[in-house]
This record gives sequence, structure tokens and C-alpha cells, in this order.
Amino acid sequence: MARVVVDVMLKPEILDPQGQAVQRALPRLGFEGISDVRQGKRFELEVDGPVDEAALARIHDLAESFLANTVIEDFTVKVEEVAEAAK
Amino acid sequence: MTARIGVVTFPGSLDDRDTQRAIRLAGAEPVALWHKDKDLHQVDAVVLCGGFSYGDYLRAGAIARFSPVMEPLIEQAKAGLPVLGICNGFQILTEAHLLPGAMLGNDHLHFICKDQKLRVENAGTLWTSDYEQGQEISIPLKNMDGRYVADQYTLDKLEAEGRVAFRYIARGEAADGYGNPNGSLRDIAGITNEAGNVVGLMPHPEHAVEPLIGTGRTDGLPFFTSILKKLVNA
Repeated sequence: MARVVVDVMLKPEILDPQGQAVQRALPRLGFEGISDVRQGKRFELEVDGPVDEAALARIHDLAESFLANTVIEDFTVKVEEVAEAAK
Repeated sequence: MTARIGVVTFPGSLDDRDTQRAIRLAGAEPVALWHKDKDLHQVDAVVLCGGFSYGDYLRAGAIARFSPVMEPLIEQAKAGLPVLGICNGFQILTEAHLLPGAMLGNDHLHFICKDQKLRVENAGTLWTSDYEQGQEISIPLKNMDGRYVADQYTLDKLEAEGRVAFRYIARGEAADGYGNPNGSLRDIAGITNEAGNVVGLMPHPEHAVEPLIGTGRTDGLPFFTSILKKLVNA
């Protein structure tokens, strides 16, 4: 079993009011020097069987058509090793 | 015989009954459609109503867009079936790419619920022909994710082709003083596809069809009388 992580972020030109609200709260919490915050989504997909090229291609299609709306969002797909001990 | 207009109920739809009522008041026959329906029961037009289909999980409209009923709807909308998307319905239409652009959270991060002034910018669609070009109307606006966005090219194309169907009256003397209600680019409240059969907007015409309720006027009723006339005279 392996984990594939899909990260989805709003495109840089799209206004992110949630990220701005987080950023504005930082000085109140004593965090200085953070000039911008953008908030995204992370999907962890537990894949049965091997994560080969075909499986990755399918996940890429899934991310492009469903997990992200590419009109407003960019996404990345990466494979994460799952530690044996965690099983 | 009158026209049969379908109203789709998804898990989390809220305004299906009000939409059916508006259709009935306009003189057409509402037909309840279920999200699991694999065909559209030979309706003459479809309204995707407001609400929070699938809890707005992932993105507003993103999961509803893949419901079984959407398959024939997308296919037939491309072939000319009249489709109106109100609020969540508009979000579903953009997610289904029947309309360009996308909807995001209101820029002020709050839910909004108020009477909203709009200008009818295109009275030539199947759903707006009973309005006059440039007519100012007031209908309820209630949403969390009402911020219309699209890239510069798409926005310019929509403007050039007259496909901005409704604009919030956010500036000037006629405005209510609150400005753009949700940060929608170019004050866009609703758009149409090229053919004018698919229209989507955030505010709710179905809540303004009787003098006693809503905005106290019947500013939303022409949506439903427009389409009825088109269908009956077709």
C-alpha cells in the first residue's frame, strides 16, 4: 500500500481571503515577519496495489477533473512512502 | 399544453420547492427531478436550484456536478436544452464547465443574505426575454460562495459577447451603498453561454415572485415567464 498526496492551491492571481485572515491574525499571536499566507487543500489517497505509472496517471486525471478546479487552482501529485511500522 | 420544467433536487438542495412554486405561478408545470435520475423525464427545461448540495464539500457544486442526472443534462444543455442555475445551481454549472469561470468564497468571508439590486445586462437569453435591456431589479441574494472569478481573457470575452447577463448595481446613484456584495470580478452576478440557453446567477429570482414576500415585488417572475413563452411559442 502506498500513499499519494495531492496538494491543491489557489492560483497565485486569485484572491485568497482565508489566507489573508490568517495572515492578519499572526501579529496578534506574536508572529512577526510573515508577509503573506495562502491556504490550500491536501488530499491523502491510500492506494491499493502498486503506485506505478498507470496508477499515477489515473490519479493525475482525478486531481485535474475533480480534486482541483483548474480554472482557479493548481495541483501537484506526489507519492509518499508509508512506514512499515505504521501499518 | 403548457411547458414542463424540471427542478433537480440534490442532497442538500434547499430551494427546490420555492423554484417549483415559481414555475407554477408563471403558468408552467414543475417536474421534480432527483439527482440519481438517469434521464430528464422529457422536460422542456431544467432549473438547478439553490442550496448546499453535498454540503459544499470539496468546492460548492463540485460533487453534484458528477451526479447521474448531470450526464444527460450536460449533453442536452450543449444541444440547446434551456438550463437555469440559481446560486448553488450556478456553481454546479461552472463546475460542469457549461458556463466559464468559477465561484469562490465571498471576499468578506461572511454569509450574505439581503435584497440585492441587479441590472439586466442581457435581455436576449431564453431566461431573460421578459425583462427590458438595462432593467434594474431587486431580488434576494444569499450565499457563502458568491465571488465570481475568471481570467482576464474570459472576462473580456464575456463582456465583448454580451454574455454578462446580470451585474450587481454596486456603484453610482442606484446602488444601495454596500458596494459589490461578494467581490465578484466586474460586479458580475450572472452570465449566459454563447447560445443563450444556459444562464447562471447567484441571486434568487424564485424568492421574488409574489408581492407579499421576498423583496415585496415580483422582480424574479420574468425568469419563469420568459422561458414559458419561449417554450410554448416554440
